[in-house]
Amino acid sequence: MTWLPAGTVYGTLLNQRSEYEALAPHMHDAPYKAPPRAPVLYVKTANTFNPDGGAIALPAQVPEVEVGATVGLVMGAAGQVQGCVLLNDVSVPHASLFRPPVKFKCLDGFLGIGSGVRNVDPASVQIEVRVNGDLRQTVRFDALVRDPGQLLAAVGEFMTLGEGDVLMLGCDAARPRARAGDRIELRSAALGRLGHTLVAEAA
Amino acid sequence: MKHARVIHQGSVQRAIERDGQLLLADGQLVPLEAVTWLPPLEPVPRPRTILALGLNYADHARELAFKAPEEPLVFLKGERALNGHRQATRRPAGVEFMHYECELTVVIGRTAKKVRRDDAWDFIAGYTVANDYAIRDYLENWYRPNLRVKNRDGATPLGPFLVDRGDVPDPMALALRTTVNGQVTQSGNTKDMIFDVPFLIEYFSSFMTLQPGDLILTGTPDGVVDCRPGDVVVTEIEGLGALMNTISST
Repeated sequence: MTWLPAGTVYGTLLNQRSEYEALAPHMHDAPYKAPPRAPVLYVKTANTFNPDGGAIALPAQVPEVEVGATVGLVMGAAGQVQGCVLLNDVSVPHASLFRPPVKFKCLDGFLGIGSGVRNVDPASVQIEVRVNGDLRQTVRFDALVRDPGQLLAAVGEFMTLGEGDVLMLGCDAARPRARAGDRIELRSAALGRLGHTLVAEAA
Repeated sequence: MKHARVIHQGSVQRAIERDGQLLLADGQLVPLEAVTWLPPLEPVPRPRTILALGLNYADHARELAFKAPEEPLVFLKGERALNGHRQATRRPAGVEFMHYECELTVVIGRTAKKVRRDDAWDFIAGYTVANDYAIRDYLENWYRPNLRVKNRDGATPLGPFLVDRGDVPDPMALALRTTVNGQVTQSGNTKDMIFDVPFLIEYFSSFMTLQPGDLILTGTPDGVVDCRPGDVVVTEIEGLGALMNTISST
């Protein structure tokens, strides 16, 4: 059965240590001028939801995308985490993190969604990213900038995550890229598999 | 027609404005003050997409010391940011500058994908008024305006009414103004938008499909001032209504 988020899906920037450290030497430069003080979040809108097995259509002006393997914390009642879901937070590659990434992250079909919510410890999750069968990245969640508890507390300081909302723990640096014709597969012992095929959008 | 969604005697129901009162779905005619107002939106089957524009009036861009953008500066909200007419919005302790933003808001009426500018009006259900509060203290230059500034619980009042598209002859020529405790502090006109409504529908639908009930908040002109606990803030747009909100400290 297909599972889709009932609430708003939030992504978290710079929560993987390697991603943070790669940018750290430039955080005091323009336009950022300072490291972020609070979690930097973005929204993956409902038009991006794309269940396992679907195609991801790349518009003509998007020659390749980044694969963003991550874990989504699915919120239950009363601020509790109901479980975790495997997600592929697909992005159009973009260098600047100054403005909200709507046109890079909110294209139709740009959020691969695992087939179900599982009650696992996110720190134990590893995700293998394969493109056309080749292992391209292994993502772990045991050494985040903010671990799930810290992230939930820091986000909860300024907004409520309610039942059905999803909070992603962040994507690792060196995200693999893929293009039309490629087959992307995420594999996790704890969270299952999630596969999509990239196709060129019909003109 | 002006549509509302309200709680009356414990039940949520639709209502329409009639002769300065509310005609509820259950047939009762009640004063505007007799209900608790919700955002004038029907529930949707999927999470609602809420797009909001920054710097979409040249004077506001100047006021905030930015040059006018070359393409829309857009950010997103979750539905928990929304609030109803006559409700309160919290000003966090220790904040130096929290300001309202009176915004013409478009409610999408049909699935919109790759819509051409000339067809854009057909995809609109109607219009309402938003007050998109910002807490300037929390601005950081990461995905700015960041969600800590703009996605706070209940910090985006919407309403009072959803006004049908056909009842707004020219949405690109509506006077808008804000009063704080009765004093006019912001005054503008939707004709001064940098990116007008048909442009925005064409632009967003070029890369994302919009669904009925999705929202576009179109930005605010200059004249934003700090709002303190106890202040009564009314954002008003010609023909759409006056959206009242109070600032609370808790």
